[in-house]
Amino acid sequence: MPKIQDILKLANDGLPEHEREYFCDARPAPYRPLAKYVEKFMNWARANSLWLLGFGTGCGAIELRPLMTARYDMYRYGIAPRPTPRQSSVFIIGGYASVKTTKRIIRSYEQMQAPKFVIALGSCPINGGMYWDSYNTINRIDHYIPVDIYIAGCMPRPESLIAGFEKLKQLIKDGKADGANQYIENLEWYKANQKKIIKDWNMPDYNW
Amino acid sequence: MNNLIQRLQNRFPISAVHQQRPDLAFCCVDTKQAVALITHLRDYEKFSHLVFLTAVDYIEQGFFQLTYLLHNYTRHCDLGLRVRLDREQATMESIHHLWEQAATYQRELKEMFGIDFPGSPRVDESFILEGWDNIPPMRRDFDTKKYSEETYFPRPGRQTNDPENYMKAKLYPEGDA
Repeated sequence: MPKIQDILKLANDGLPEHEREYFCDARPAPYRPLAKYVEKFMNWARANSLWLLGFGTGCGAIELRPLMTARYDMYRYGIAPRPTPRQSSVFIIGGYASVKTTKRIIRSYEQMQAPKFVIALGSCPINGGMYWDSYNTINRIDHYIPVDIYIAGCMPRPESLIAGFEKLKQLIKDGKADGANQYIENLEWYKANQKKIIKDWNMPDYNW
Repeated sequence: MNNLIQRLQNRFPISAVHQQRPDLAFCCVDTKQAVALITHLRDYEKFSHLVFLTAVDYIEQGFFQLTYLLHNYTRHCDLGLRVRLDREQATMESIHHLWEQAATYQRELKEMFGIDFPGSPRVDESFILEGWDNIPPMRRDFDTKKYSEETYFPRPGRQTNDPENYMKAKLYPEGDA
């Protein structure tokens, strides 16, 4: 009779045998909300302190530069970039994602600490956009990581990005932006989709 | 440019010379002579810059056409060399010993077209397509739309319009005016 802790462990099949001990094989646990008003206060604080992951994943990343600089100035909305996934809470999928990029997106997304939010920017992450029949570009990013806000357009202007951020803030304040929990609860489904396209899976099953 | 072509024709069996601009010409060369000709151009005719190395898949005729574009910085002219490879056994001599960066082009051609360049550094490693297990995607018998629909979860509801009819109906709803 195997122990329950062993069943809940990740297989890490992609790694070679001698490397498996270097990586964590525990399953991620969902976040449990605190008492009602405490959680409300926490959500208010989270909504007003959004840290972007500075990872430009497609041509849409070019829209983040005017957003950061003086003309549109996202800092006045409490949004700032951060160079590492460990310290950021918002991941912007900036346009098309090739399979090679998707692998890095998954790695970065899993390394972010919950609560974490994803904004899909442009039409490519929504339905493939102009690359919908490409051999190397995914069609829907929401089959690989959960998405909170979609901003349609090719490319959306910085104004629509700011509007998207305002929507995201409202979602967080209402406690509805729980993509991180969805990801953990449906981990098998997401992993199956990810491994369907990433055929050289040489990383742990969850990148802690 | 004409003098150059004359000089080359005396030494190498080049054919189908096409002068596209005063400073740009293309010619076809035999597969076995290609590297010798490129070496000659680089070392004696001052074509010191490899601009690009690309391939085109002529599936109907059953060959790949490689194009080496070389640039001469002294006279500011370009010469393109076209080489035909059999589609079934697409193997070409490597030129990474002439220009190191050619190895990257050759690695990409190996991955995208399946053209082999034996001896080229890291030519067998994957370049952009990590873990690709289908036929090389730039070959024209690869159906990219079918592959995408089978692999990448297309979102239902995509509509396409014929641009000509769509714009006609939009701009002239009364009919032909």
